Amino acid sequence: MITKEDVKYIAALARMHVAEDKLEGLTKNLTDIVGYVEQLQKLDLKDIKPTSHAVPLTDALRQDIVKPSLSNEKALSIAPEAKDGYFKVPLVIE
Amino acid sequence: MKLHSLTAHQILDLYKSKQASSEEVLKDVLSRIGAVDSRVRAYVRLSNQKSAGEGSAAIPIAIKDNMCTQGEEITCSSKILKGFHPPYDAGVIERIKQNGGRILGFANMDEFAFGSSTENSCYGPTYNPWDLTCVPGGSSGGSAASVAADEAVWALGSDTGGSIRQPASFCGVVGLKPTYGRVSRYGLIAFASSLDQIGPLTKDVTDCALLMNIIAGYDDRDSTSVNVPVPDYTKALINDVHGIKIGVPKEAFAEGLDSQVSQAVEAAIEQLKKLGAVVKEVSLPHTPYAVATYYIVATAEASSNLARFDGVRYGLRQLSANVRKTPVIDMYEETRAKGLGDEAKRRIMLGTYVLSSGYYDAYYLRGQKVRTLIKQDLDGAFKDCDVILTPTAPTTAFKVGEKASDPLSMYLSDVYTIPANLAGVPSISVPCGFSKEGLPIGLQLMGKAFDEEMLLRVCFSYEQNTPWHTKKPNL
Amino acid sequence: MSQEFETVIGLEVHLQLSTKTKIFCGCVNVFGSAPNTNVCPVCLGLPGTLPVLNQQALLYAIKVGLALNAQINPFIKFDRKNYYYPDLPKGYQISQYDLPVAKDGFVMIKTDKNEKRIGIKRAHLEEDAGKLVHDDRGNCSLVDYNRTGTPLIEIVTEPDLRSPQEAYDYLNTLKLILQYLNVSDCDMEKGSLRCDANVSIRPIGQTALGTKTELKNMNSFRAVKTGLEYEVCRHKQVILSGGRIIQETLLWNDEKAMTIAMRSKEQAHDYRYFSDPDLVPFTINYKVIDQVRAELPELPQIKLERFIKQYGLSEYDAGVLVIDQAVAVFFEHCCQHYEQSKKVANWLNGAVLKEMNERKMGISELKLTPVNLVALIKAVENGVVSNLAGKEVLKAMLDSGKTPAQVIQDKGLVQVSDDSALMAIVEEIINQNPTVVEQIKQGKPSAAGFLVGQAMKKSGGKANPKKLSELIIRRISNA
Repeated sequence: MITKEDVKYIAALARMHVAEDKLEGLTKNLTDIVGYVEQLQKLDLKDIKPTSHAVPLTDALRQDIVKPSLSNEKALSIAPEAKDGYFKVPLVIE
Repeated sequence: MKLHSLTAHQILDLYKSKQASSEEVLKDVLSRIGAVDSRVRAYVRLSNQKSAGEGSAAIPIAIKDNMCTQGEEITCSSKILKGFHPPYDAGVIERIKQNGGRILGFANMDEFAFGSSTENSCYGPTYNPWDLTCVPGGSSGGSAASVAADEAVWALGSDTGGSIRQPASFCGVVGLKPTYGRVSRYGLIAFASSLDQIGPLTKDVTDCALLMNIIAGYDDRDSTSVNVPVPDYTKALINDVHGIKIGVPKEAFAEGLDSQVSQAVEAAIEQLKKLGAVVKEVSLPHTPYAVATYYIVATAEASSNLARFDGVRYGLRQLSANVRKTPVIDMYEETRAKGLGDEAKRRIMLGTYVLSSGYYDAYYLRGQKVRTLIKQDLDGAFKDCDVILTPTAPTTAFKVGEKASDPLSMYLSDVYTIPANLAGVPSISVPCGFSKEGLPIGLQLMGKAFDEEMLLRVCFSYEQNTPWHTKKPNL
Repeated sequence: MSQEFETVIGLEVHLQLSTKTKIFCGCVNVFGSAPNTNVCPVCLGLPGTLPVLNQQALLYAIKVGLALNAQINPFIKFDRKNYYYPDLPKGYQISQYDLPVAKDGFVMIKTDKNEKRIGIKRAHLEEDAGKLVHDDRGNCSLVDYNRTGTPLIEIVTEPDLRSPQEAYDYLNTLKLILQYLNVSDCDMEKGSLRCDANVSIRPIGQTALGTKTELKNMNSFRAVKTGLEYEVCRHKQVILSGGRIIQETLLWNDEKAMTIAMRSKEQAHDYRYFSDPDLVPFTINYKVIDQVRAELPELPQIKLERFIKQYGLSEYDAGVLVIDQAVAVFFEHCCQHYEQSKKVANWLNGAVLKEMNERKMGISELKLTPVNLVALIKAVENGVVSNLAGKEVLKAMLDSGKTPAQVIQDKGLVQVSDDSALMAIVEEIINQNPTVVEQIKQGKPSAAGFLVGQAMKKSGGKANPKKLSELIIRRISNA
């Protein structure tokens, strides 16, 4: 059972503002979906290893060789806001 | 001659015999887009590419709106990426360009590939060329519809849980999800990194092999790309299935399967038997858990993959009118609230939840373990057979809006396609008939890892002996 | 009621690795470039881009692990640490959670009386974040992603440190080891080496740990020590006045000399670690480990002990030499040409070190070769030049790069020992200082030192002081 408080907590973690009027619907959606995936709880998974990668690859390494970077202009060309060669953001408070 | 209605291999034959030029083909396909796309809405944007392309692969192609292409806007059909012009080409785009391909435009999709109907797009839905009141499937619905409507000779889609095969099935075209690692993911805007794979949507199996020849291969910019030699896939186009062992899982014909789909698939099995294939029953006991497993694993990865859309470096930035937390956090929360659609929000929320402290073991870890079981089921089945056959989707294309308010029932339309993504094996959908309403039905084959050739061979044989791929929608 | 407390400290050191390129992309890994010029789609976290691990970063991490006496995991993987911050382009940091490169190591530190083993819990690879500049006037912040993706190794101790002084000693010992490995410039000012501290106190005898606070923003080892001292003090005051310590992250303010709580308590610490699906696991086999082990230099503690034993140096002298790996190497080269190792150590730790400090140069930057230094020391020992003149010769050698013989000749610094040449000076000094001469005559021979000094000056430092002393005494007693 997912509560509205759970939804608020998760939304804060995911940095998404949820308007009050959307909270109810989202809570119900998530309760339904989590309810559906609950079916996995009935499987006995003792000694089963988790799979992170479908194909068992290892050791994909790169040589320490310099490749060209983007120019400052090109890097900033995609920015919503830029200033003095930097990406500009609203004030960050530590 | 209607050039746009031809397959790529037919066009290549015309190039070879100098009966058509790439300019003529391009012009004809563009005029077809002009004639029908206002109804189908397969494209979200035409490309800025000027040349018609040249060389043996100068085939006009539609690209799903999630593959980065320099000089173009790429958005994943999301408001949050509006105006994003990637300063680099995806691995597959490089290959398409190197082979002289002509990118027609970018095809509609469910936002960030979250969906099975192409209704979750900030540009509005794409419509099924066979029945404009129906969805084309998704999430590569624009790509599938463009090929079905002759608005592209072929197309690229991406498949995380069936996003190439299910729309191929709904639109009556061929769609292949290659083995995980066969095609570079570099430049594919990720949904779920461990499941995503780019693949072809084509008018027939021969074209599928030709397009695989172009896009398959190792890319050292993708750590999950596999460095094994790429065969010439056209060599697999052999009209002979004698002795090939086809496994049919008994779980596949369970409740929820539409009877018309069931009949068409059973007829296809009979056809393959007649052609000499050996059909045997297999069991994949954990596949009923595939959808639940998928929605845990895929959303967990997605919640993290989509964290980068925060309004800082590119795409949408929405400042907050009210101060709630701090200026920058308010900006994040407002940007993501405004820029992401409802389904994207649901999946990000679910993924965040299953990874969060206290729930990781109960959901995410469990999901990864069931993934192991599903993979083991398939590995076991492949000891006794060369391919596994199922329907591609439990139904034919449904009506636009029919499932929009019920996310869970939408998720269940991927029940047959998801296991191949979880196990990383290749899987293809080919047309195998039509419903009495005139909607296409698809047949799915799964193969062993890196054995796309076997899928192509079985499908080619089937296609050579059935008429389905020659049918066209009336538009 | 008086209560005795025990301090418990654990440290996390982040070390930037000096690979040519970043950890997951081919951008150059350098400090001090114009903002956002060493960036590419991968380190900017643009959609669709993927990380590929730099092999050199992995080898460096193994090297650090081995030097810290740690076990190298044969199978490692990378995980995503999910949190939002504008300097973190992907919304997650690629780090290592449960399978780090190295675990269970230790560092030995010297305490007042003996040695102490400080456990190293783990050392793992991760990517550095970018840098934020706060523009208060513009009411905004500015982000530079050049540093993003710089390879970092995070070295985490067990909570084994029992005082700010021990923390300070550990950091110095660790830094020296890391410098010897040549995998980083270990420069705190540039941020190549950074340290966060966890500190708690508990009543003596209690085994359970007290509530800890985390200290950040300390820009020198001295600041780590002062910050910890401040924080230990604060913990005691809070507890003794009946309060409770709140687990939180504090920023050390060096100017105000106090810790300040972070204002953004928004940051929920639920990092949702999970294995990064964009990277595959890595195997580290014994061959690789052996190869890296073979490349390990002699580490400072071992070198120190060997210097004491092999060269008969005092612990102090050996200690000063090994603090600078290049000086230690230079020392041994000198000793190949000269058996008087202690004399070499004296010169290096004295005159040469002074010149290095004045010139702000490393020994390798000085125009000095071991052969030349040995030649100079021999010239002094053999009385060719005086000790005082020797230091002049050294300066001139460093200025010009010439051999000591050339400098001595150019400057005419050859020591004068010839009686007839020195007698004239002696006569003059004796005539000028009748009072001192009288004191000597009345049985105060130590006053002769003054006359020798005067005579040395007169000779321009060239006179042989022993000879002068003899001549003065002889002249006075004969009078």
